Amino acid sequence: MRRIAAITRNPIAVALVASLAIAGCASKKNNVPNSAAELGLGGAGGAGAATPGSSQDFTVNVGDRIFFDTDSSAIRADAQQTLSRQAQWLQQYPSYAITVEGHADERGTREYNLALGARRAAATRDFLASRGVPANRIRTLSYGKERPVAVCDDISCWSQNRRAVTVLGGAGS
Amino acid sequence: MIQKLRVLFTAAAVALGAVTFVAPAQAQLVIDVNKGNVAPLPIAVTDFLSSDAMGAEISSIITADLKRSGLFAPIAREAFIEKITNPDVAPRFQDWQVINAQAIVTGRVSKEPDGRLRAEFRLWDTFANKQLTGEQFFANPQNSRRVAHIIADAIYEALTGEKGYFDTRVVYIDESGSKAQRVKRLAIMDQDGANKRFLSDGRTISLTPRFSPNRQEITYMSYESGQPQVYLLQIETGQRELVGNFPGMTFAPRFSPDGQKVIMSLLRDDGNSNIFTMDLRSRNTMRLTNSNAIDTSPSYSPDGSRVVFTSDRGGQPQIYVMGADGSGAQRISFGGGSYSTPVWSPRGDLIAFTKQTGGEFQIGVMKTDGSGERILSSGFQQEGPTWAPNGRVIMFFREAAGSGGPKLYSVDLTGRNEQQIPTDNFASDPAWSPLLE
Repeated sequence: MRRIAAITRNPIAVALVASLAIAGCASKKNNVPNSAAELGLGGAGGAGAATPGSSQDFTVNVGDRIFFDTDSSAIRADAQQTLSRQAQWLQQYPSYAITVEGHADERGTREYNLALGARRAAATRDFLASRGVPANRIRTLSYGKERPVAVCDDISCWSQNRRAVTVLGGAGS
Repeated sequence: MIQKLRVLFTAAAVALGAVTFVAPAQAQLVIDVNKGNVAPLPIAVTDFLSSDAMGAEISSIITADLKRSGLFAPIAREAFIEKITNPDVAPRFQDWQVINAQAIVTGRVSKEPDGRLRAEFRLWDTFANKQLTGEQFFANPQNSRRVAHIIADAIYEALTGEKGYFDTRVVYIDESGSKAQRVKRLAIMDQDGANKRFLSDGRTISLTPRFSPNRQEITYMSYESGQPQVYLLQIETGQRELVGNFPGMTFAPRFSPDGQKVIMSLLRDDGNSNIFTMDLRSRNTMRLTNSNAIDTSPSYSPDGSRVVFTSDRGGQPQIYVMGADGSGAQRISFGGGSYSTPVWSPRGDLIAFTKQTGGEFQIGVMKTDGSGERILSSGFQQEGPTWAPNGRVIMFFREAAGSGGPKLYSVDLTGRNEQQIPTDNFASDPAWSPLLE
């Protein structure tokens, strides 16, 4: 007889992505902005208005996501800057655990893209760890191509979907 | 459930002595499914005699099955000259020759005193003036569609020499809601889109369901625990079970041909993915690959001796074949572009795949050594082939640019007969069952 394993349910943290998707898709830029601040998403009070140490501060002033080249999990130079800021911030606010969510664009097959998203999340985790964020604060999770932020059918969207998003409070919560 | 009683003996066709003409070459009616340019066989499926609408309904299900296969051209009922009043005697073959029906299907449906459905059919060769086959079934009335599919399979087999694939089901992912927050639920339906029902509630993403050879179970991947993991699901009871106790993400599951093992990918801590099996009885796990690469989408050969899989160990996704113990992996895809989602044909002769080249996604087949590649379908975004149990038809999912979501399609091995499978919502990841029992 097979044992029926107990199935537990944990909420999955949802990244603040809805407005980014709209702004990004409409802009059709080839240079993809790396943070909400660069997208002008600071709100009425401007980027500086976020409470220091808040998740809004992290998303707006630090940048919660990095982007990848097609079929690559290499951390680009622009992404290294974002991750260095993330590492600095996370060391300043050591109470946060994080989940790094790896994503792929739709131009690949489903199972391979699950693996690719996982590889991107691992590469992001390793970079943050190399910048001093303890690895035990970092959980990784792949969404493959299942959770695009930009949903048009061309490269302007695909480049935004090839991403790793650092979500605060994602691990152990 | 469905009891196949006996083959009906050839009805007396003796009275039909004088036949106008019979070309000798047409004495035996056979369709060669390997011929790409074969003209569909004109066939007349008459309404089964019954006291209610059931007879016409069964005939229309049979007609639809045969038509979708691309091998048959059912003749419109309006063209029929003879009205069948007694399916136990031979039809007036001349009347069917006139409308060029190469074969005729007649039958009858009735209710037994105990409430069971009784259905019988006969298949006639119009130009040879003889009955080719005939069978009689008893079934629960709610299985009437299955009875029709079984009859369609019998007709397909009698005329092609190949097993049919109509009495089968498909598990797939039902997709609803916005693309960015899409709900992805397990669902099951008959191969023609009828009798759909959900197998998961949609609160978490489910992907890549695949049938067990025993038809009662599926293996699939779900985010239910918070990270992607492989599960088993008993279709009828709804019982679920996590496969193994792996530390990381598990994905891309399939059963071994004997149903005793699940083969799948396990994410390594360094971000690469390797292929493992888990024996469902002993719970022993075995590592098949150990490369610094993504190894995924494993699929067994039907004899269980080899495994085909996707790997990017050479720099981009390509298809490899190795022994079932992980030995001797060899790349077999060399056609330019990248290749993934290989699936071994149940006949053992071909491997279906998804190929990306020139900004397109293609569904194709190749021989198991990688030679003889043929592309069956091309499109903006399509992937995920699954084989009909007779190895003659492939189902996959396609999202046309700007369509908003994917739909299911089938294509035969000639690539000429492509059909959309009707689903109420968007749909992806189809997996075809074996023939039902």
